[in-house]
Amino acid sequence: MKSINTIQSIVLPLNRADVDTDQIMPKQYLKRIERSGYGPFTFDEWRKDPKFVLNNPLFQKAEILLAQRNFGSGSSREHAVWGLEDIGVRVVIAPSFADIFNSNCGKVGILCIQLEQEIVNELMSLAESDTGLELSINLEKQTILNENNNIKINFTIDNFLKHRLQNGLDEIGMTMQKEDSIKAFEETRSKIYPSTKSII
Amino acid sequence: MSTKKTLAQKIWDNHTVHKENGIPDLLFIDLHLIHEVTSPQAFESLRINNRKVRRPDLSIATIDHNVPTTDRTLPNPDPLSIKQIDALRENAKDFNIPLFDIFDPRQGIVHVISPEQGLTQPGMTIVCGDSHTSTHGAFGSLAFGIGTSEVEHVLATQTLPAPIPKMMQVHIKGRVNKGITGKDIVLAIINKIGVDGGIGHIIEFTGEAIRNLSMEGRMTICNMTIEAGARAGLIAPDKTTFDYVKNRPLAPKGEKWDEAIEYWETLYSDPDCEFDSYVELDGQEIEPFVTWGTNPAQSSPISGSIPDPSSIEDPAAKETAERALSYMDLEAGTKISKIELDKIFVGSCTNSRIEDLRAASEILKGNKVAKTIQAIVVPGSGLIKKQAEEEGLDKIFIEAGFEWREAGCSMCLGMNPDILKPGERCASTSNRNFEGRQGQGGRTHLVSPEMAAAAAIAGHFTDVRNI
Repeated sequence: MKSINTIQSIVLPLNRADVDTDQIMPKQYLKRIERSGYGPFTFDEWRKDPKFVLNNPLFQKAEILLAQRNFGSGSSREHAVWGLEDIGVRVVIAPSFADIFNSNCGKVGILCIQLEQEIVNELMSLAESDTGLELSINLEKQTILNENNNIKINFTIDNFLKHRLQNGLDEIGMTMQKEDSIKAFEETRSKIYPSTKSII
Repeated sequence: MSTKKTLAQKIWDNHTVHKENGIPDLLFIDLHLIHEVTSPQAFESLRINNRKVRRPDLSIATIDHNVPTTDRTLPNPDPLSIKQIDALRENAKDFNIPLFDIFDPRQGIVHVISPEQGLTQPGMTIVCGDSHTSTHGAFGSLAFGIGTSEVEHVLATQTLPAPIPKMMQVHIKGRVNKGITGKDIVLAIINKIGVDGGIGHIIEFTGEAIRNLSMEGRMTICNMTIEAGARAGLIAPDKTTFDYVKNRPLAPKGEKWDEAIEYWETLYSDPDCEFDSYVELDGQEIEPFVTWGTNPAQSSPISGSIPDPSSIEDPAAKETAERALSYMDLEAGTKISKIELDKIFVGSCTNSRIEDLRAASEILKGNKVAKTIQAIVVPGSGLIKKQAEEEGLDKIFIEAGFEWREAGCSMCLGMNPDILKPGERCASTSNRNFEGRQGQGGRTHLVSPEMAAAAAIAGHFTDVRNI
C-alpha cells in the first residue's frame, strides 16, 4: 500500500449521509477478479446525473473527499475503497464511518478522518462554494489547514494505524512475525471446534 | 478492571493470540467462510507474495452470490460470472480448501450452509468477506464481515488484528404478539437506533421475546445487525441452540459433545457486567414492519403511513428521507397498505431457511398470487430445497403462482440474472433496500416472509395477521 504523509488538494464535497457501498461500487462491477481499474465504475449510477459533484471539472483532481455521517455503510465490498483509490482519493473526512469501510480504508491506505458534525458542516459549505475549498492535511502533525480561510483543525487517529499509513506497512507481514504466538495458541486451542477437513 | 464480562468479551478473550498496548488485539479465527466475489484478489495476492493458506482445515468455500437460480444444466449466460466461479474453483483446489460447488446438494448461501452443516457453533470466532457474517452470532459466536485485505490476512495467518469494540445491549421487554417474526423485531430495532446506531459496537440481544425465537428467527435478527451499523450481533446460546447444533454433520460427537456443552453453558454475559450502552424496546408494541425508503431504518409498522420529511428535525435525516421518497416514487402520508407491488422475492441469507419457507407457504396455501405480481422463492441451500420438496412446500408455492428456484443469493443483490427492472417495486425478504440494490432503478421494500406472502396474494401490502 502507498504511504501517506501530507496531502494538499481541493475538497470533493459529497453532502449526503448514509452513503452505502452499493452506491460507491454497484454490484455489477464486483464480478471482476482484478484488483485495479475500478475508478470508472465509482458512483456509476449517481454519475449519470450531470449535476453530480464528481462530474464538476473543478473536482477532477480532488484527493480529499468530504461526506456526511455513516459513510461507507452496508456491504463489506473492498471494491468500493479500490474505486475511490483509483479516482485518486487519499483522504475521506466525515462525522462517522461504517466500521468495515473504515477498516478496509486502513488496509488499502486511505486515511479516514472523523470530525464533529458542526465542523464538517462548516467545511461542507466552504467546499460547496463556487471557488471550492483547498485543504492541507498533515498526518504526522494530525492537522488540517487552510490559512486563507483561517482553518486549523486537529484530528485524532489511532497511533498504530497512523504508523502503518505513514510507512505503507503490510499488516500480514507484521502478523507473520508473531508466528510463535500463533503456534502456541494453536497448540492449546480447544479440540471441540470443528474442522472442515472431513468434508469431501 | 471489573472481572465481570459480557458474552462477547468472554469469546474475545478466549481467542486473543497476542495483546500489546498501543496495537490492536490479534484474534484467532476458528472458521473462515469464503465465496466467489470477495476472495479472488486475496488468493491472487497470496500467490504474488508466495504465501500459503495457513489453515485450510478451518476454511470452507461455496458459490452463492452470482450463480443463476434457474436450471443449472443450461450454460451460465454471464461470461464474467463464469470467470469468477472458475477462479474460486481453481483457488479452492490449489489451496486445498473444501468447496460446495453448484451441483453439490450442500451448495447454498454461505450464511445458511455453515449453520446447516454444524460448522457454526457457540463460542467461536467466524469471519467471511461478507457483511452479513453477523448471522452466526445467533449461536453465541463472535462473527463479523471483513474486506478482501482481511480475507487475505486470515488466509495467510488464521488471525485478524481487531480494535476492541464497545458493547451494546438491546433488550426486548416482554413477549411479542402472535404473528410477529424475527424480521419485524430487527426492523423495529433498526428503526429505533438508526442505520448508524451500532457503529463501533457489538450488540447482544436479550429478553424473553428473543429467547422464544427459533434459531432461524435468531439468525434473521443477528443477520441484520450490520444494518444498524454494528460490527457484530449475538445471542447467548441455550437449549434451543444446542438442539439445533446436535447431530449436524460437523457438530461435536460423543465425549466431545459433552465437553462442548460444558463450555457452551458458560457462554453468557455475567450478571452486573457493564455494557457501554443499553436500548430497550417493548415487545408488545412491535407490529409487522415494512420499509418505505432506501435504508433499512426508513420503515413503518403496517398500520402506519409514509412520514412527511418536513416533520424530520435532523437535517441529514430529512435530506435522506426526501431523496428516498423521490427514488421510491412515494408520497408522504400514503398508507403503507396502499402501496402496490410488481414483484415478490422470498429468499436471501436473512429469510431463506426452512422455517421461512414453511411460514410463507402457510399463508399461500389455497391462495393465488395476484395477477399483477411476479413472485419467486429461492431456498437458501440445496438441502433446504430438498427438505421443502419432501414437505411438499414447493407444490404450495408453485400452485400459488411462485417460481421455485435453485439456491443462491439471487435477487437480494442481483449479481445474477434475478433483478428488478427500472421502476419495478418489490416486497423482499432480504436485508437491504438501497438504491439499485435489486437492479438499477428497482424499488425494494423489506418485510418478513409472512408479509411477503400476504402481499403476493393481495397485490399490495396488508397485515398478515388479518389473513
